[in-house]
Amino acid sequence: MSDTEGALKGKNYAILKKRTLVEGEDAILEYVVDAPLIARHAQAGQFVILRTANEGERIPLTIAAYDREAGTIALIVQIVGLSTRKMAELEAGDAILDLLGPLGTPIEVRRHEKPVVCMGGGVGIAPIWPKVKELYDLGNHVITIIGARTKRLLILEEELRAISTEIHVTTDDGSYGRKGFVTGVLHDVLEQREGEIAEVIAVGPLPMMEAVVKEMAGKGFRDAYDPSLEYDPSRIPCIVSLNPIMVDGTGMCGGCRVSIWDHAKGEYQARFSCVDGPAFDGYAVDFAGLNRRNRQYISQERVARRDGSGAGA
Amino acid sequence: MDREQARKEALKQKTKSPMPMQDPEVRVHNFSSVELGYTPEIAWTESSRCIACKDPRCVPYCPVEIDIRAMMDAVRLENYEEAFQVICRSNLFPAITGRVCPQESQCEMVCVRGVKGEPVGIGFVEKFLADWARERGIRPKADMLPPNGKTIAIIGSGPAGMSAAADLVRLGYGVTIYEALHRPGGVLIYGIPEFRLPKAIVDYEIDNLRALGVEIVLNTLVGRTITMDELIQDFDAIFVGTGAGLPYFMNIPGEQLNGVYSANEFLTRANLMNARSFPEAPTPIHHGKCVGVVGGGNVAMDAARVSKRLGAEQVDIIYRRTRDEMPARRDEIHHAEEEGINFLYLHAPVAIYGDEEGWVKEVEMIRMELGEPDDSGRRRPVVVPDSNFRRPYDVLVMAIGQGPNPLLARLTPYLKTNKWGQLVIDPKKLSLDGKEAAVAAGETPPEIPIICAGGDIIGSQAGAGGTVIAAMGHGKIAARTIHEALQERPPKSGTAPSADA
Repeated sequence: MSDTEGALKGKNYAILKKRTLVEGEDAILEYVVDAPLIARHAQAGQFVILRTANEGERIPLTIAAYDREAGTIALIVQIVGLSTRKMAELEAGDAILDLLGPLGTPIEVRRHEKPVVCMGGGVGIAPIWPKVKELYDLGNHVITIIGARTKRLLILEEELRAISTEIHVTTDDGSYGRKGFVTGVLHDVLEQREGEIAEVIAVGPLPMMEAVVKEMAGKGFRDAYDPSLEYDPSRIPCIVSLNPIMVDGTGMCGGCRVSIWDHAKGEYQARFSCVDGPAFDGYAVDFAGLNRRNRQYISQERVARRDGSGAGA
Repeated sequence: MDREQARKEALKQKTKSPMPMQDPEVRVHNFSSVELGYTPEIAWTESSRCIACKDPRCVPYCPVEIDIRAMMDAVRLENYEEAFQVICRSNLFPAITGRVCPQESQCEMVCVRGVKGEPVGIGFVEKFLADWARERGIRPKADMLPPNGKTIAIIGSGPAGMSAAADLVRLGYGVTIYEALHRPGGVLIYGIPEFRLPKAIVDYEIDNLRALGVEIVLNTLVGRTITMDELIQDFDAIFVGTGAGLPYFMNIPGEQLNGVYSANEFLTRANLMNARSFPEAPTPIHHGKCVGVVGGGNVAMDAARVSKRLGAEQVDIIYRRTRDEMPARRDEIHHAEEEGINFLYLHAPVAIYGDEEGWVKEVEMIRMELGEPDDSGRRRPVVVPDSNFRRPYDVLVMAIGQGPNPLLARLTPYLKTNKWGQLVIDPKKLSLDGKEAAVAAGETPPEIPIICAGGDIIGSQAGAGGTVIAAMGHGKIAARTIHEALQERPPKSGTAPSADA
C-alpha cells in the first residue's frame, strides 16, 4: 500500500456482522457494514462499488438493506471468482478498504392501487429485498416471487415473507417450493389477475429477466418481445435491474453501456447503467447485446464473474 | 571552461538542449518514463540560454503565474533549491506541470530566444527542478496565512481541485477535497499513463498538499454520498472541479461490440486499475494484436502508446484531418511516431463489424479531404465519395473527446449547464451565482455560499480549456474569487462532514 492511500481518510468501513446465507464453493454471504453516509442517502435500487485490497478490482454490489439510524448497510455477495473469494475472507471486525456509494438512480417507489409483483432470481433476490420493503412500507399489496436453482441456494425467504402480502417460491429442480422457474408463477399471476397488476419489478440473471419480459410481452404488451415494436398502452410496466461490467460507477468510463430502445428516435441508444440505471424499462432492453458484453472477460479465468454479484443482480 | 565562458557558449546555442530519452525500441516494452530528464549540467546550460529579459514575455503566458525569470536566474546561480521554491510560490505541482504542460503554446511560444532558433526549454528546466528537489526530499516552503476558521469544500481531486486547494490552504482556509475514486489525482491518475507521468510523482505532490493541511476524503461522490445542499450548509465556499468524465462515442453502428472501448475506460483500466499487470492485478484489459484508436488528441496518443506497450503488433491512429490539424502536442505525436504508431490521416470510421461472438473484427472507414475552414478555424474534413474500405482490428478505442461529467449537475438542479453540459460561470471570476443557488436550494442558509468551478467541467469558458495547466489556472482564479468574497464574512460554525470512516 502506498503511503498516500494508507494515510487517507475514508478507507475503513468496518464489517459489523457477517452471515453465511449459503454454504459451499458458491457461498452467498451477507455483510453488515458501518457506513453512515451511504446509509443516510441510500434508496432502493442503488448499489456500491468496493475494493477489498490494493490493486483489487472495483466490485459493484447492490445495497441489500440499509439502516439509517444504525448507520449501516447490508451487502450480499456470491462467491464466483477471485475478487469475491477475497471478499469472502473478510470477517466481522475486518474492514472494507474502499466503499463508494450509493450509486445509480434509485428505483421509483410509490403507492399503487393494484398489486405490485417483485421477482428475484438467485442472488438477484438480494436487490429485490429493499424494493419489496419500500413498496410494502408504503402500503402496497406486494406479490413476491423468488426462485433459485435448488433449495440450498435460496436466500432471504423469511425476510421477504415478513414484508410481502403474498410470496411464491420456486426451485428449478423442485427441491423446494414449486418446481420450475419464477416465470411460471408470473404466468399464473398474470392470468388469474388479468388487468389487476400495477407493475412488475424483476432482478436476477439476464436469462431470467429476459424471460420475465417475454412473459409480460405475451400478456400485457404484444405477442412477442421486440423493443422496436410500438408500445401497447395497456402494457404493465416491467422494470429490470441490469448488471453490466463496470469500472468507476460514476459515468466516467462508459464500460457499462447498455442498448435501450428509444421510441422517439426509433433506434437503440447507449445508456450508462451506472448512472442512467441500473433499473430500466425491461421492454426496451437489448438483452442479447448485454449478454455479449457481459461475456467480454470470460476467458480471463481468474476474473470474478459478475453474473451473480454485479450491481442489481 | 569557466562559467562565464560556458554562459557565452550557451547564449550562442540556437537550439534547445535535447532531452535525454529512452530509446524507442526499448521503451515500447516498458512503462517507465520516456523522458529521462535533464542533468544539472544540462539544466544549467539551458537556463544560461535565457537572456533574462527585463520585461519577460514568458511569465504572463504561464497560467499558474510562475516567475520564470526568477527561476532561471536561480538556476544560473546553481541555486536549484531556491529555483524550486520560486516555482512553488505559485505552483505546488512542478513535477506534474513540467511533464504535461503544453509549453510550446504558452511560456515557450513567446520566448525571445524562439525568434531566431528555439525557445528556452522552460518546461524541461521546471521538470528538472521538481525532480531534483524530490530526490533530495526538499518540500515546498509554504508561506501560510494563519487559519481564519473558514472552510472550503472542493469537489474532485484533479488538477483544478488540487490547484484551488493549494492556494486556499495557504490563505488560511480549512480545505477538504472530496474524491469519488479510491485514489486522488483525477485524470493525472486514471488518464495520463505512467510513461508520461509516473503515479509516484503525482502521489508525492499530493502529499505536499496534504502536508499543508488539506484533507482528502476518498470514495465520496458528491451528489450521492454527500449532497450539494449538505456542503452548502457546512462550508463557506465550494469549488467544483469534477472534470470531463463523460466519454463521447461516434454513434456509428457496432460501437456496442466487445473490444470497443472509450479512451476513459481503456486508460482507467490500464492506469488506475493497473490492468497492464493482469493477472497480478485482477482487473483485465483486452490488449489486441491490431488496435485502432480514433481521434487526434493527447488522449488518443496515450491510448495508442499504451496499446503498443501492452503488446499490440499494429496500432493505428485514425484521424479525419492531417497531422497539421492534430490537437495533440507535437512532442507526443513525435514520440508516438518514434514508437511505431501508424497514422491514418484523413480517415474516419463509419461502421464497426463484429464476429459471431460479438467481438470487433473490422472497421469500415471512409477517406476524407480538407475543405474550407470551419468554426474551429481548422479546415473541415469532407468525405471522399465511394472511398469506403474495411480494415481488421480486434480492439478499437474511441478517443474523440470527453464531455463534462453530468452527474453533479443532474443531481443538483440549481447548477446551471450550457448546451455542452458545462457549468455556467462568470468567465472572469469562475463563480456561479451563489444567491440563485441558495434560493434554489429551498432555504436560506446562514450565509449565501460562494460556488466556483474550474477545469473541464467549465470547458473553455475561461479561455483555453482541456489541459492540466488550464485547469490549474482555473483553480488559482477561483481561489482568488473565493478569498475576495469571503473577506467580509464571518466563518460558519459548521464542521466538515467526513467520509464514513
